[in-house]
Amino acid sequence: MLQALTSSLLRAGLTAMIAFRALRRNKMRSILTALGIIIGVASVVSIMALGRGTQRRIQDQVSSLGSNLLIVFSKSRRTNAAAAGSGVSSNLTLQDVEAIRREVRSVQAASPEVTLTAQAVAAGRNWSTTIAGESPSYLRIRDWPLARGSMFTEREVRSAARVAVIGSRTARELFGPLNPLGQTVRIKNMPFTIIGQLKSKGAGIGGANQDDRIVIPYTTAMRRLTGEKYPRLVTLQISSDGLMSAAQEQVTALLRQRHHLTAERKNDFDIINQKEIADTVNSITNSLTYLLGGIAGLSLLVGGIGIMNIMLVSVTERTREIGTRIAVGAQPRDILLQFLIESITLSLFGGAIGVALGYGVSAAASMIPNFHPSVSIGSVVVAFGISFIVGVFFGFYPARKAANMNPITALRFE
Amino acid sequence: MSTTVIELTDIRKTYRTGDVEVHAVNGVSLSIKPGEFVAIMGSSGSGKSTLMNMLGCLDQPTSGSYLLDGVNVAKLGRAELSRLRNQKLGFVFQSFNLLARTTACENVELPLFYTNPHVPLRERRQRAIKALEKVGLGARLYNHPNQLSGGQQQRVAIARALVNEPELVLADEPTGNLDTRTSIEVMGLFQALNDAGITVVMVTHELDIAAYCQRIIVMRDGRIIRDDFNKARIFASDQRAALDASEQHASLS
Repeated sequence: MLQALTSSLLRAGLTAMIAFRALRRNKMRSILTALGIIIGVASVVSIMALGRGTQRRIQDQVSSLGSNLLIVFSKSRRTNAAAAGSGVSSNLTLQDVEAIRREVRSVQAASPEVTLTAQAVAAGRNWSTTIAGESPSYLRIRDWPLARGSMFTEREVRSAARVAVIGSRTARELFGPLNPLGQTVRIKNMPFTIIGQLKSKGAGIGGANQDDRIVIPYTTAMRRLTGEKYPRLVTLQISSDGLMSAAQEQVTALLRQRHHLTAERKNDFDIINQKEIADTVNSITNSLTYLLGGIAGLSLLVGGIGIMNIMLVSVTERTREIGTRIAVGAQPRDILLQFLIESITLSLFGGAIGVALGYGVSAAASMIPNFHPSVSIGSVVVAFGISFIVGVFFGFYPARKAANMNPITALRFE
Repeated sequence: MSTTVIELTDIRKTYRTGDVEVHAVNGVSLSIKPGEFVAIMGSSGSGKSTLMNMLGCLDQPTSGSYLLDGVNVAKLGRAELSRLRNQKLGFVFQSFNLLARTTACENVELPLFYTNPHVPLRERRQRAIKALEKVGLGARLYNHPNQLSGGQQQRVAIARALVNEPELVLADEPTGNLDTRTSIEVMGLFQALNDAGITVVMVTHELDIAAYCQRIIVMRDGRIIRDDFNKARIFASDQRAALDASEQHASLS
């Protein structure tokens, strides 16, 4: 029994040797045949790697918002006309923010936000930028360190002081290399003293440059710049990841109660959970990656057909060789194995080169700043597995054709 | 070993092409003993090739019994026939059928690849070299077929037929693609092998090639019509001397 097993293993080894030799003899053809698989595997591997890179980049951007955030939007801002006529104020008020801070214990910090776009003028230069009215906890919420200077305080908020913390891009545009601290910037003709400068954060979600902004107290923005009574949105930081959905429910309940919404009425505000954004974006990029990977996988099918084609040609070409082998005692399964090993070797060889190319593409793409594609072991294993299956599947028909040849006609084949 | 290498009893092979039945071999009985050197002759369509295919276990008879070295071939399946061909038969073909871009040595090793139990690499190589030396190609072990003359290629093929020490060597028109001198050379080799005790059965349609054999069987329409001891047997050494003489004569005149 054992002897029979070793004997058949040795035979398989010998058969593999014959197959390798045949492939070596036709180097050019072997490489061209494997090309389909090479391209297929390379695209699958690199698309998966780029997909992972994109996903990571988006995750980085989402987490660059800060961590554990709930963002509450006032709905009436978008449907102002309808809300105005309803007689019920559906605005998010500063009192709402206070109530949330007071009553929802997991809320660590809250920052109402008012934004506007305005010309900032300083030292004779003019720059259109985003003015963000925020609370002092804004920097902590956004996990955004200062490069120099300091953030404004609660007192300055209460007094609606004309102080500003400037983004790195805006500082560069207005002051060049000079230190902006202590300088005055005029926004809508109103002078602000610059007391701090933010560190650079790069592009946010959607690619907007987060560094091009001036942060001022929300009270100042509302009273002195826009005249609005209500913040556009409130950013809430929750103390821990696990409390996010509980906090979301509590805030929702609290706001519904404060806005006197009866059970059948819909929320007059939106709450966005940062984790949900991350999850949604994740699942979108995931499915996009798999979709693209699947399309690339189709080229493996084409590659497989190429292998089958060449194997059929090869079987016909070597008809007499096959006849001779059968005549001198090759069993049908020896012939089957010989050609099957040839096609599997072709496809695995193509797979190996394809994986290497995929790594190459991924390495080249990682030169893009803030982009870190990475080849997953999983995709390599899958690509190899598929190329093996392609080799077996598309090699089987030609191999069986060879194995079932009638030696008499095969020997006389011209 | 049994007393006959081949024992055919009323062998028939019938092909059906459409409605017409062709009796390619129509009742052949024949026995060949170890050490014989037999030529099977006949014009094309006489059934000699069909008979040869059956003798070579490449084809199964429609009816009749075939004992090869005492084994009833008719009852065997494809795999067992392969094993039988590998161990008891050696084939020599008209067009050599050597593997291109493969050395003489590796060509000769080919049957040993498929021998069960497994023959180790070193032994395969040794046996191939021995067989090539036996056919006088000890100096051409690692040449590829395209670097060898027709006669040398056929000798490689003969070495391949011998490498597994078969009971019987079957040759199908072995000189069909060779010139006169090379034919004499190859027939001389067969005679030498036969003298050393190897049984040879050869199909040919040339009388002067059949003349090298001990026994000549003539077929027509699927039947044996003559089966005689060859009284006018010729020998390769004489033929070569005669050929040399006539060529010398031709160049002198």
